[in-house]
Amino acid sequence: MQQVPVSLLTLVAGILVTLVSIWVGQHSASLLPVQASEQAPLVDRFFQILVGIGTALFLIVQGAIVLFMFQYRRRQDDDRDGTLIEGNFPLEIFWTAIPSIIVIGLGIYSVDVYTQMGGLSVGHHSMAEHAAAPVKGTALAGTLSETSDIEALTEEIPTNEVIPEPTSAEILPEEAPVEAPELAPISEPITLPVKTPIKTPVKKLVNVPQPGIGIGANPKVLGKSADLVVNVTGMQFAWIFNYPETDITSGELHVPVGADVQVNLAASDVIHSLWIPQFRLKQDAIPGQATGLRFKATRPGTYPIVCAELCGGYHGSMRSQVIVHTPEEYQEWLESNRVASAQTQQIVAALQNH
Amino acid sequence: MVKKIYLFHHRDAEYTEEETQDKNKLMTLQLPQNSPPGKKPENVVVTSHTTHHKPWKWYDYFTFNVDHKVIGIQYLVTAFAFYLIGGLMAVAMRTELATPDPDVLDPNLYNAFMTNHGTIMIFLWIVPSAIGGFGNYLVPLMIGARDMAFPKLNAIAFWLNPPAGLLLVASFFFGGSQSGWTAYPPLSLITAPIAQSLWILAIVLVGTSSILGSVNFVVTILKMKVPSMRWDQLPLFCWAILATSVLALVSTPVLASGLVLLLFDINFGTSFFKPDAGGNVVLYQHLFWFYSHPAVYLMILPVFGIMSEVIPVHSRKHIFGYKAIAYSSLAICVVGLFVWVHHMFTSGTPGWMRMFFTISTLLVAVPTGVKIFGWVATLWQGKIRYTSAMLFAIGLLSMFVLGGIGGVMLGTTPFDIHVHDSYYIVAHFHYVLFGGSVFGIYSGIYHWFPKMTGRMLNETWGRVHFALTFVGTHLTFFPMHELGLQGMPRRVAMYDPQFTAINQLCTYGAFLLAFSVIPFTINVITSWRKGEVAGDNPWNALTLEWTTASPPAVENWEELPVVTHGPYEYGLTDNHRADGFSELGVRG
Repeated sequence: MQQVPVSLLTLVAGILVTLVSIWVGQHSASLLPVQASEQAPLVDRFFQILVGIGTALFLIVQGAIVLFMFQYRRRQDDDRDGTLIEGNFPLEIFWTAIPSIIVIGLGIYSVDVYTQMGGLSVGHHSMAEHAAAPVKGTALAGTLSETSDIEALTEEIPTNEVIPEPTSAEILPEEAPVEAPELAPISEPITLPVKTPIKTPVKKLVNVPQPGIGIGANPKVLGKSADLVVNVTGMQFAWIFNYPETDITSGELHVPVGADVQVNLAASDVIHSLWIPQFRLKQDAIPGQATGLRFKATRPGTYPIVCAELCGGYHGSMRSQVIVHTPEEYQEWLESNRVASAQTQQIVAALQNH
Repeated sequence: MVKKIYLFHHRDAEYTEEETQDKNKLMTLQLPQNSPPGKKPENVVVTSHTTHHKPWKWYDYFTFNVDHKVIGIQYLVTAFAFYLIGGLMAVAMRTELATPDPDVLDPNLYNAFMTNHGTIMIFLWIVPSAIGGFGNYLVPLMIGARDMAFPKLNAIAFWLNPPAGLLLVASFFFGGSQSGWTAYPPLSLITAPIAQSLWILAIVLVGTSSILGSVNFVVTILKMKVPSMRWDQLPLFCWAILATSVLALVSTPVLASGLVLLLFDINFGTSFFKPDAGGNVVLYQHLFWFYSHPAVYLMILPVFGIMSEVIPVHSRKHIFGYKAIAYSSLAICVVGLFVWVHHMFTSGTPGWMRMFFTISTLLVAVPTGVKIFGWVATLWQGKIRYTSAMLFAIGLLSMFVLGGIGGVMLGTTPFDIHVHDSYYIVAHFHYVLFGGSVFGIYSGIYHWFPKMTGRMLNETWGRVHFALTFVGTHLTFFPMHELGLQGMPRRVAMYDPQFTAINQLCTYGAFLLAFSVIPFTINVITSWRKGEVAGDNPWNALTLEWTTASPPAVENWEELPVVTHGPYEYGLTDNHRADGFSELGVRG
């Protein structure tokens, strides 16, 4: 009986493996949570490729194992040995070279993805631009008094294009802190619909040096200052979010959708790790070592913030959430908390006076 | 040229005259392994004294005994006892995780179980059983030596293990170490300090044991090989143990130094790792992982060695690509020293470092892949016998492919940032350590139990054991990938209710795994006493350990064996007859 040539069967098997792997790769993103940051689609696309390649390798190797297990099983009463084959040098070169090429390709691709995520541009002084930039609209602190600008938050990026993109050489050395004069106009009292007049709600200048470790500005915003800076402190077993521009302190992270957010991480007791699965971002908060994450949330909603580094018995309960607001909601949240914050300060001041 | 013919063609047809003489001489030498002293054939070089030890009694196994075989069995049995203890801790944890709330265990106790489960499984089960147990038992037998190079050192190395285990048990009276097997400061500095100190002492003890054992293996393999064995006839298990030992020698002292600094920080007021006093917590992570990443190779390389022995025997086939498999062990040993930062991709590491270690991590997958392909190709054209040993070996292949692919994915920073410290990691390392190392150890036990005890294990119960373990492993660990992808962190006693269903699946799997140990344990105990008598060479294998009695005499052989063929030359001789030739077999 004549048989179908093995090469033909191999070809068909190869085509099938390819098709199945591509299909699995494309559908693998459904294993991940929703995408809510600019980085998430990058990671997910990379994940899909990894899963696709992995599926192909899995099918080939497992397929070979199962096929050989069946085909070369010992038949009854056959006590002989198998054929003496010591190896096949070209074949061994082949199966060393192919994985090498695959992993080197993956390595180069992962460097590219990581660069796009902003992983290789940490440590650039995010505030350097402030000195040169017109106050209008670039930093959230500069726009808090102007509702119209807040609304324009999502369309904020075009205004930034006016400014020539500084080269990294220009950005790096500018450690000089941005001094008050530039931002002074902002510190005018803001009229708010509350009875008690509020003194200087904008307490601090946006002058937090960006940590050198973590995820930094992605190439699109490289050299530009973040729209919003949040200082995050991890402690057993809670996250504290402080907004230095407005001096709001919260147990949850509130960010406007589309804003370029810089999160500076610190830990007050042991190592913690800030993980937002929907953002595909994670960075340890390390005592004595400044770290940070920079991201842009792309999808309004509420997502968990998880502590990912073992920090004690109740590590599992160290959870918070990030609320990605529409710009209007964010403004509301900001104002209500600013009032609360100011009132608290007044009470404190009053108590101190007495 | 003659040598090539000798190796690749049927012997009788192609022998030169000289070789025929050689062959006859060698054949006579091979047969009487334990013949009475009077019947010595000529030309035998008796390299050692001929006093006869009495066989060891059961109580000899509880003493300071310098026989490598006794020490090997001591390691295996002690390690298995700790495996059961560590396993019970895992069952307690999975019971806790059946529900989202911390309702079964106190969270601190949960962390103590979690920490000690990892510590025991690594330092008191896989490492001592794979290296100490199989390494000690098999290396001298495989290379034709009467014992290890330094027998007393060997016994000392073993006897450091039980006190280490006792220290870990004792630490539970002080709350138990709760900072994970990684013991990252500052958490390890401020949590249960006495227990943490005991934990450090325990690890330093087993680390010392590992260093002493490694010195012994390196010297034994390099110096005590029987003269007639060429380097390319050294069984692959010995190559694997050699690579493992070098790796342990280079890396273990770094862990010991890190841990001793930690001990000083806890007890003597130093501040190496105290950030508020000028210390650096990330430094500890580097010291720790410089050892602990190679430690995963310490746990898998000897098991790869077991694979390279078991698969050829039970598929009646020469190992495919001997040199590739031997060199890949050494390559893993070297490259494996430069991948440790992939455990720190979300820690205090700059971007360039993350990229460098992404690439080195991906590269270390290549030699591992070469081994896997070599084993799969060994199955090809074989006559596979589905013994329990072979089932576990093939199970390992299958598991390790999954774990390895998951590991390559993890090696890339962009993806690792998302899943680092999540259940995806737990899934990955259980696939390679349970599906890999533990399957390999089981396979080794089924394979060499007849040699160690002189009796066969029951094959039916072995198959039941395999089926339960195989299903249990997938059921427990496969769903964990999805938990991690979805956002469940590892090392938690309580979790978000959305993960309940998958966690319950894992818990059922863990119960099944726990149950799977029962038929195995009963099988081992009953077979040891009443199993079918094995004979010298029940698997018809070619490595030297099968040329002596089962169990071997105290000094292994009356007369040292002479190597007449490679360790994997199935299909050559009359006993090992091939049914055909393949062009693929002939090189150059």
